[in-house]
Amino acid sequence: MPTHEPSGPPPPVDAGTLPADVARSLYRDMLTARHLDGEAIALQRQGVFPAYVSLRGQEAAQVASAAALDGDNDFAFPTYREMGAAVSLGVDMVGYLASHRALWHGGLYNPRASGFAPINAVVGGPVPHAVGWALGEQLRGGSGCALSYFGDGASSEGDIHEAMNMAGVLACPVVFFCQNNRWALSVPVENQVAGGSVAGRASGYGIAGETVDGNDAAQVYHATRAALHRARNGGGPTVIEALTYRLEPHSTSDDTSRYREVAEERSWEEHDPIPRMRDGLLAAGHLDDTTAARTEDEARERAARARDGVAAAAPPDGRDLFTHVYREPTEELGRQQRIWQEEVA
Amino acid sequence: MTELAVNDRQAANDASADRLSMQQALNRALRTVLTDDPDTLVFGEDVGRLGGVFRVTDGLQREFGARRVFDTPLAESGIVGLAVGLAMNGWRPVPELQFDGFAYPAVDQIVNQMARMHYRSRGAFRMPITLRVPSFGGIQAPEHHGESLEALFAHLPGVKVVAPSDPQDAYGLLLRAVRDDDPVIYMEPKARYWERHPVEPVADTAPAGTSRVVRAGRHATLVTWGSMVHRCRRAAELAAEDGVDVEVLDLRWLKPIDAQGVAAAVRRTRRAVVVHEAPLTAGLGAEVSALITERAFSELAAPVERVTGFDVPYPAGPLEQQYLPTVDRILLALQRTLEGQS
Repeated sequence: MPTHEPSGPPPPVDAGTLPADVARSLYRDMLTARHLDGEAIALQRQGVFPAYVSLRGQEAAQVASAAALDGDNDFAFPTYREMGAAVSLGVDMVGYLASHRALWHGGLYNPRASGFAPINAVVGGPVPHAVGWALGEQLRGGSGCALSYFGDGASSEGDIHEAMNMAGVLACPVVFFCQNNRWALSVPVENQVAGGSVAGRASGYGIAGETVDGNDAAQVYHATRAALHRARNGGGPTVIEALTYRLEPHSTSDDTSRYREVAEERSWEEHDPIPRMRDGLLAAGHLDDTTAARTEDEARERAARARDGVAAAAPPDGRDLFTHVYREPTEELGRQQRIWQEEVA
Repeated sequence: MTELAVNDRQAANDASADRLSMQQALNRALRTVLTDDPDTLVFGEDVGRLGGVFRVTDGLQREFGARRVFDTPLAESGIVGLAVGLAMNGWRPVPELQFDGFAYPAVDQIVNQMARMHYRSRGAFRMPITLRVPSFGGIQAPEHHGESLEALFAHLPGVKVVAPSDPQDAYGLLLRAVRDDDPVIYMEPKARYWERHPVEPVADTAPAGTSRVVRAGRHATLVTWGSMVHRCRRAAELAAEDGVDVEVLDLRWLKPIDAQGVAAAVRRTRRAVVVHEAPLTAGLGAEVSALITERAFSELAAPVERVTGFDVPYPAGPLEQQYLPTVDRILLALQRTLEGQS
């Protein structure tokens, strides 16, 4: 089992194992996520976003796992740090970032059309939803799989254990994708995960579990593809633990100097998944300097468009306060809406 | 939307109506919804082969198969979370939580997930979940098996809450709840599970938030729901022996509450006593009392009375009947309100 701490120089990403077009699109999406992340931090500094949670360092884990999904049939269940997965799945990024601008808690993209559930701030909360969704697919005889994102901190929540146990018992097509980014806000993984391994817990639920280098996009892609393939063919759930690192603070309100060493951050920067992917692509002949520059430009432009879009986005209409509470509105809520109309709007 | 059908149980007394216990009526209603809609799923702890600890799901797995009616691991949060995910995938889940006190472990999934998913997704995901919760006390059950969570549930934006009081309502309202496209928490008064009444196999077609006058009266109104309806009727019968004509209003829907129906009752009798078995403080009686004050203050001849459980943890069996509102306490409250004293 790979250890968490980086030791020595980062091993190259074996991008030659990936089809060239897949490899290039992974790289482009990772870069897009990286640029968007930078833009989002800047928007927070400018006061446009009240707060932001960075995914810097986790691009390979997110983009490559989501890229393994069948976009037409599968469904991803994020928490709130999965912007890379959203980019990879083609989610409308203005709508996605609207959540960080606090325009709408779950985001303003269409989750059904995107195959990407609304952003969820209870970190264990969406994990049983993924199991329910997967069970629904199984009952229907469909081919779709659910992919559930969560972190090492969330893996301490009871819901994760209930969900994994249920998935094991029901043998439904779900992949539990843990991004172990080493820190649950200020608590290190050794004080968070008893036994040190989230994937190691899988055997206790009778399901497959494996650990991958989460900063190696090719490894993540292959492991997720294999897990989805197994799930689709009746092989049941898998826990994938992607060992990665959150290079930025937990959120823009957090101060890492109070709980972790700069040396640790530096050693992980050397294992940054983006230069590793670039080197791997160059080595495999999937990329040359010209295409690399073009990919970089393309990613920067996509990020800038989303940034401009979200900065200019209008807040939702006040009526939306009431519109989405019930499918079949209640008379009492109608009465309160009339009060709002007369006294507030 | 008030339904003042005083004799709306008349039809049920026809020879054609079967006499069913509430538990049998619920079982029949589940059979109906499973038959009518192939997207309906029934699941929870022990609902399959055993047929549920109260046998409400008896025989359903045999009839509809383990794909439609299935046992889950013992995991309340997981059960509600499963329902949310199934609903996101287009199903109509009817999960059971075995007992009221075990809804607490599922509170995150109920409050933060089931109640909000429609809102969070701006209507992209319907949550047509009917969460069945055997509720209230009166059966000398162990700890955590006799709780009254209606104030907690009714406080939640995004859910509806309903509590039937007799087999006919149990049948009709369960069909109504399952066909609702919003999450409904369905509180079954377990103390009434075994009482038999004629039941017509018809859905309740009234909108959510419709109360029912179960006994007409001129002098005072008892506003109540669930298991306390029976006790209030008994109190009304005793009061009638003294020439006091007491109305009993079964709220049925605890969210949304039939504010108009309650206000109309107060206008008829000018006196109201709210009866529930949950603790007093911040209970639903406070809500009912407040809405009476807001909507019918000038017509009140006396302050609104409340007869409730006490602000103590639900007691063990030997003390249960000292905790629950007794017929005597209800009569004393009626007497106070008739004398215009607070």
